[in-house]
Amino acid sequence: MILDYVGVKEINGSLIVLDDVENASFEEMVDIRLDNGTIRQGRIVQIEGKRVVVQVFEGTRAISLDNTRTRLSGHPMEIKLSPEILGRVFDGVGRPIDGMGDIFPDKFMNVNGTPINPVSRIYPRNFINTGISTIDTLMTLIRGQKLPIFSGSGMRHNELAVQIVRQAKIADSDEDNKFCVVFAAMGVKNDVAEYFRRSFEDSGVIERVVMFLNLSNDPIIERTLTPRCALTAAEYLAFEHNMHVLVIMTDITSYAEALREFSSSKGEIPGRKGYPGYLYSDLASLYERAGMVKGKKGSVTQIPILTMPNDDITHPVPDLTGYITEGQIVLDRSLEGAGLYPPVSVLPSLSRLMKDGIGEGYTRYDHSSLANQLFASYAKVMDARSLASVIGEEELSSSDKKYIEFGKLFEAKFVNQGFNENRSIEQSLDLGWELLSTLPRSELDRIDDAILDKFYKGK
Amino acid sequence: MENNLIYGINGPIVTVRNSHSFSMMEMVYVGEARLVGEVIGITSKVTTIQVYEETTGLKPGDEVFGTGNPMNILLGPGILDNIFDGIERPLKAIEKQSGSFISRGANVPSLDTDKKWNVTVTVKNGDVLQSGMIYATCPETEIIEHRCMVPPALSGEVVFVAKNGEYTINDTVVKIKDDKGEIHNLTLCQKWPIKTPRPVANRLPANKPLITGQRVIDTLFPISKGGTAAIPGGFGTGKTMTQHQLAKWCDADIIVYVGCGERGNEMSQVLDEFSELIDPKSNRPMTDRTTLIANTSNMPVAAREASIYTGITLAEYYRDMGYHVAIMADSTSRWAEALREISGRLEEMPAEEGFPAYLPSRLSEFYERAGLVQTLSNKEGSITIIGAVSPQGSDFSEPVTQNTKRFTRCFWALDKSLAYARHYPAINWMSSYSEYFTDLDPWYSENLGESFIKYRVKINAILHEENQLMEIVKLIGSDVLPDDQKLIIEIARVIRVGFLQQNAFHPDDTFVPLEKQKLMMKTILHLYKKSKHIINTSVPISYVLETGWFDKLTKMKYDIPNNNLSIFDQYINDIDEAFEKINAAVSV
Repeated sequence: MILDYVGVKEINGSLIVLDDVENASFEEMVDIRLDNGTIRQGRIVQIEGKRVVVQVFEGTRAISLDNTRTRLSGHPMEIKLSPEILGRVFDGVGRPIDGMGDIFPDKFMNVNGTPINPVSRIYPRNFINTGISTIDTLMTLIRGQKLPIFSGSGMRHNELAVQIVRQAKIADSDEDNKFCVVFAAMGVKNDVAEYFRRSFEDSGVIERVVMFLNLSNDPIIERTLTPRCALTAAEYLAFEHNMHVLVIMTDITSYAEALREFSSSKGEIPGRKGYPGYLYSDLASLYERAGMVKGKKGSVTQIPILTMPNDDITHPVPDLTGYITEGQIVLDRSLEGAGLYPPVSVLPSLSRLMKDGIGEGYTRYDHSSLANQLFASYAKVMDARSLASVIGEEELSSSDKKYIEFGKLFEAKFVNQGFNENRSIEQSLDLGWELLSTLPRSELDRIDDAILDKFYKGK
Repeated sequence: MENNLIYGINGPIVTVRNSHSFSMMEMVYVGEARLVGEVIGITSKVTTIQVYEETTGLKPGDEVFGTGNPMNILLGPGILDNIFDGIERPLKAIEKQSGSFISRGANVPSLDTDKKWNVTVTVKNGDVLQSGMIYATCPETEIIEHRCMVPPALSGEVVFVAKNGEYTINDTVVKIKDDKGEIHNLTLCQKWPIKTPRPVANRLPANKPLITGQRVIDTLFPISKGGTAAIPGGFGTGKTMTQHQLAKWCDADIIVYVGCGERGNEMSQVLDEFSELIDPKSNRPMTDRTTLIANTSNMPVAAREASIYTGITLAEYYRDMGYHVAIMADSTSRWAEALREISGRLEEMPAEEGFPAYLPSRLSEFYERAGLVQTLSNKEGSITIIGAVSPQGSDFSEPVTQNTKRFTRCFWALDKSLAYARHYPAINWMSSYSEYFTDLDPWYSENLGESFIKYRVKINAILHEENQLMEIVKLIGSDVLPDDQKLIIEIARVIRVGFLQQNAFHPDDTFVPLEKQKLMMKTILHLYKKSKHIINTSVPISYVLETGWFDKLTKMKYDIPNNNLSIFDQYINDIDEAFEKINAAVSV
């Protein structure tokens, strides 16, 4: 029997409270029909006996205590999926907004997903060639990894993400391995979403892209669901249709803020900086949906983008993200200011899965030694620079001067790269050796002699 | 009996009204799907239950079933070479039942009930058994013998003994009659509540080191068998990597690895690596002596809280059999956050940074379950706890790090700048400490000679001196320092790069025996002594550096194989010769 509940008991922010509700289940979806005929969607977030708290996705504007009729749907939040979603554009909760009509569903899936059994995971090892020297050589992206870009407002993270999508090739690409992109925009400006759409179009991948757009003026409650819809679509394409899915989510900081807003309207006890105490678990429930599963050909790789408020890497959102994701690509404002693109700050950046996806059989056998040495040498550049800022470059010892020189070359040649420049992994590694060869051989203490004999070209 | 029906639901917290049938910490099943939960609060009106699984779809009016027992887990053969979730459900069996994604209410027995074990009964009719005594054994894996013990609080005279042979875990192998004349059936398994420590006969002083083969730990910051250590570090500093190294190489008999709120891919890496890695001592895969508990960050938060207790209970069970157990908890911060999350849902008054006020007492309860003990069966066993801590914003003053520091005696602080320079293990030698020196020094001098301790003290002193000099160098550069201070900086570089830094991917360097560690220190200090002597006679330091020995010693960890330590003597001779040459050249 389908019952309509007339009116509400309380309205508080985006939450409404209904009384005397029978048979409600936790996280069930509800339809709220207003007197003027519009229908809004909501989700049950708390139950106490017959008193039910509902979160309204589109907001509670124009809802009064008695102009609504609410109906329980009997199922949790689901989205409609079919292979046709490729090339389509949806709003934050999975409704088509490109004017091309509804999806004829092949399957309904719960947007919350279920955790992958750790036993069923395949440990990711296949290298994705992004054609960007810093990323390929020093923080290699692996298929099935989650590797976020830590950026700040005004930096060129969107370009970087677009370049990765355009250039990303899977190392052992065969025809069966289909590649596609799921793009989730959370609270980004319209121009940004438009930029991504146009770039996908220009690079000819738009037919292989599914977009979920929650722009900055869209309801925040929908924003908390946007990444879940996007990841559900990604899992569907990866594990039901054997595709290699790259998921780009921008901007995680807006998502966390939406979560905070929603949490405070529920009256929950806040944790650090007012974010809810469960922010870690919540972010994990998104990021952990990357991976590969035994018996399935597809994979889900995530590149979340987040802007660090005030460029502070210890802010809760980047901090908790860094604890969950398998590394991070950190962008740096001073490199950006120096006109370098991509402004990847090499030292704090990291890929945790890199060590098993590079070297013999994946990239080249000298890769890990080279990467280690580049990190170690560049760290010394930083020491030399901080010393130079105190005593002046002139006063430095000759070995420190060599490091300063190496640092300049490294940034100008290795970090810096054109937006349309696609370097092969061999090119990047050779470039790395060329730069290391400007340092005396005795300074290269992380590399075996055998490898040095082969690749070191200095005196 | 009255039915207990769900009244309210808020995330993992479910409430039942007007019930008097539950007891605190009782394990319950919630709803039709029989989700596992635990009673965490009782008032005359409301009983509060935390549910260890997703609560989506639960309804008010669904029934809650009590079990009458506290949250407990099954202990018996089949724990090793297995992987469980936070409440001891076997993930491999769940995969068979429900596929690659974990569905809710999976009802699978913790241990394989069909598997037959080759049991040898070690008691005979008429024997009197006290609790904790061993009555049967079976080979659990190739290298570990499982010993079945009389459950605590049970004792009596043996009245029935089964023949040696093949039994499943639920078959009765021994019956005993207690004082009251009651007969108890002893099978291969028993249950134990996870939040209660298992009893022991005596605690013993912690005077044996846990040898890890990691130089910075064994030499500078050693830990004893039965000790506790914390590894704090921000993300990317190598906590997990350090834990993996310790799990692989430390000389414990049994490893319990708890992945608490961490990455799924990391757990699959542990599974892959441990099954491929052959333990050099036994020539068997690591998995033969390992059990894994995986509660990844996207699995339910309440089970994350339980996973730490489940892990330590398994560890205690093997300790009681007389094994040395090491438990790696990665990461205890996630566990503390689970406490905070649940506390927030209960609307408890928060203390520092939103953590509940009982955080320190929970942490201390956990770490106090470590120790070297005499078991009830009169054997020696130990539990060493190595807990990773993930401080928010890499700030060591946050509550979890600070409280952990109070309850652990080793503190291996991981440092961001070392990690950025890819110096692993990134254990900062200035801010780390170990309180076990006084306990362990007798063992070191007995087994490695007095010199080991002397070398360690000297190495430590050089590192501290370097640290002070670096303050000056940061301001004015190293060129202006006098030669004897330059020498400190050079020799400290050899210690840092050649000794403290260790390559986990190098076949010889990943595990280094204590004897080699000692000889490495000896050689470095020999070079230092020689150089210092010659510099004091006004020979410029450049002569000393030109010998190439400083660079050569930074690579001795690779150049000298672990099984041919006589090369060190050669090195010392060669150093002597090189300095003779300088002397000769200078005096001409």
